[in-house]
Amino acid sequence: MAERTVTVASRVGLHARPATLFTQAVAATGMPVTIAKAGGEPVDASSILFVMSLGVPYGDQVTLAVDGPGADEVLDGLVALLATDLDAPADPGTPS
Amino acid sequence: MAAASSGTVLHGVGVGRRAAIGPVVRVQPAPAVPPDTVLMVDGRPATPDQVRDAAGAAFTAVAQALTTQSSRATGTVRDVLAATAQMAGDPALRAQVLSRVAGGEPPVSAVDAVVNQFASMFEQAGGYLAERVTDLRSVRDRVVARLMGLAEPGVPELAQPSIVVARDLAPADTSALDLDKVLALVTELGGPTSHTAIIAGQLGLPCVVRVAGADQLADGALVAVDAANGTVTVDPDAALRETLARRELAEQALTQDTAPGATADGHAVALLANIGTAADAARVGAVEGVGLFRTEVLFLERTSAPTRSEQAEAYEAALRALGGRKVVVRTLDAGADKPLAFATAPDEENPALGVRGYRLVRTHPELLDTQLEALADAQRATGTTPWVMAPMIATAAEAREFATRARAAGVATVGVMVEIPAAALRAREVLAEVDFVSLGTNDLAQYTMATDRLRGELADLLDAWQPAVLDLVAATARAGVELGKPVGVCGESAADPLMALVLVGMGITSLSMSAGAVPAVRYALRHHTLERCRQMAAAALGAPGAGEGRAAVTALLSDDARTVLVG
Repeated sequence: MAERTVTVASRVGLHARPATLFTQAVAATGMPVTIAKAGGEPVDASSILFVMSLGVPYGDQVTLAVDGPGADEVLDGLVALLATDLDAPADPGTPS
Repeated sequence: MAAASSGTVLHGVGVGRRAAIGPVVRVQPAPAVPPDTVLMVDGRPATPDQVRDAAGAAFTAVAQALTTQSSRATGTVRDVLAATAQMAGDPALRAQVLSRVAGGEPPVSAVDAVVNQFASMFEQAGGYLAERVTDLRSVRDRVVARLMGLAEPGVPELAQPSIVVARDLAPADTSALDLDKVLALVTELGGPTSHTAIIAGQLGLPCVVRVAGADQLADGALVAVDAANGTVTVDPDAALRETLARRELAEQALTQDTAPGATADGHAVALLANIGTAADAARVGAVEGVGLFRTEVLFLERTSAPTRSEQAEAYEAALRALGGRKVVVRTLDAGADKPLAFATAPDEENPALGVRGYRLVRTHPELLDTQLEALADAQRATGTTPWVMAPMIATAAEAREFATRARAAGVATVGVMVEIPAAALRAREVLAEVDFVSLGTNDLAQYTMATDRLRGELADLLDAWQPAVLDLVAATARAGVELGKPVGVCGESAADPLMALVLVGMGITSLSMSAGAVPAVRYALRHHTLERCRQMAAAALGAPGAGEGRAAVTALLSDDARTVLVG
């Protein structure tokens, strides 16, 4: 079982567009990835309903876990995604 | 349900003044199916395996249909449909339903159980997620309808410009509408200040709400919707078509005039637009500025408050989009019908009378202070001074307290809303504390008449022409004249050209409305002198009731204006 903990970088939290992009990326891996808040039950990370229900705000940590071949590479990709502000425009300006 | 026959005229409450003719498209209600309904296959009750296959196919079909519909749509509609499609395709939702039906549970009951479980998780999370429950329910309705072979519920895809007819339209329904193909909106329920009416006003769409018998309008029937007269006519005859076409031409001619607002004798009255976002600011067109920038949009769909720099960025964008024109910003007006996940107390019995608007300063002072700092930042960055006002002020002491906070943060021009009768009754004392006030006539009418804005069946009591409401508006306007300070109106009554004349006659200095309503108001002002406006104000205030007041003012219109404005 591979596990990674990451801080959510999207300013709106793991909602709306960031949640959509994340769950789609999980589904694309075809692997049973789970996501959990600190101290919370892990849920299916490919489910937009479960992921949104977690209500993860900006700056909170989540833990991803998956078993199987290539688990580490899969998690590397997903962690990189969560560590990006997914709600920012394609060409993010410098914050003032 | 008999279909309405040719020539039938249905009556309701018109919103705006425009008219349209086109085919009816009905918004279908949710399928009414008992939860224990048995799925039949070839005349026999389906086996659990057959039910599982059918349910799986229904989820797939609904997700695909929504995805296709989304790909043909644009903007917000596209996003709403895509989000709903993703819910329909959600692996956890699907897997749980299929596992229940495979165990022998009736399909509708299984879908309901799983959807309810997610819905209650969303509702507990509150805020943005609680609002998504509507999308989740719409997935439920679509899947159940597909599974049981019923008509597709919800807002249909519009193949041609159409008149949309519904029992009522929820915000989620409106956001799934391709508004470019909507000619007019007709609802059986809802009131003139309901969500549907406000959207219609912003877009300049003809709209008639509270139409008795709207359920008899059949899909595809040709109807004429006349918001000015509050009527819906089935198969309009040549005479009616001609009248409406003539009015539409006159209406279009009005939009050609973009000069600043003024009476016939040159008394200036600023005509301003109401907006909700910086993007709206870029679209307001030929107005002299913004009289109401509702900032709660920045706060609503979130689990935590936006930061000072996020807010400053949005305010700066709005100020820049308006290029130095006047902008009146209302500080956060959350609570009541606009709850916030991170601030609204969930257990208020009377939220309209509770901790809303400026009163949030009692429980969350940091929200207001951060917002005021962000507004001062935007003021410094752009060199434009926004007028900043607080909603839901009841006393002069509150007005003073707000002004002190705002000025301490660096905001230069400070005002408050007058929407509570107490503030209107003590308008002179309130106005003495600030630089300006703005009347929110929708809430002022609601609180004066003790009538919920969302109760369509009480619309007659909520009428802005009610003399008691006008008395309070006049008292506030008088205080402004005496103290030499601006008194604006930013409620929907500013959008009614007749009422606009009355308001100007009372001494109101600016009128803010949906941008689509400005041309007719500008025209009305241009065709009457200030003295005539004063006569109209006296007539409206002297009338025994709302209807009589409107009639008395109509009688004082110039002949030209009566033809154009009343039709």
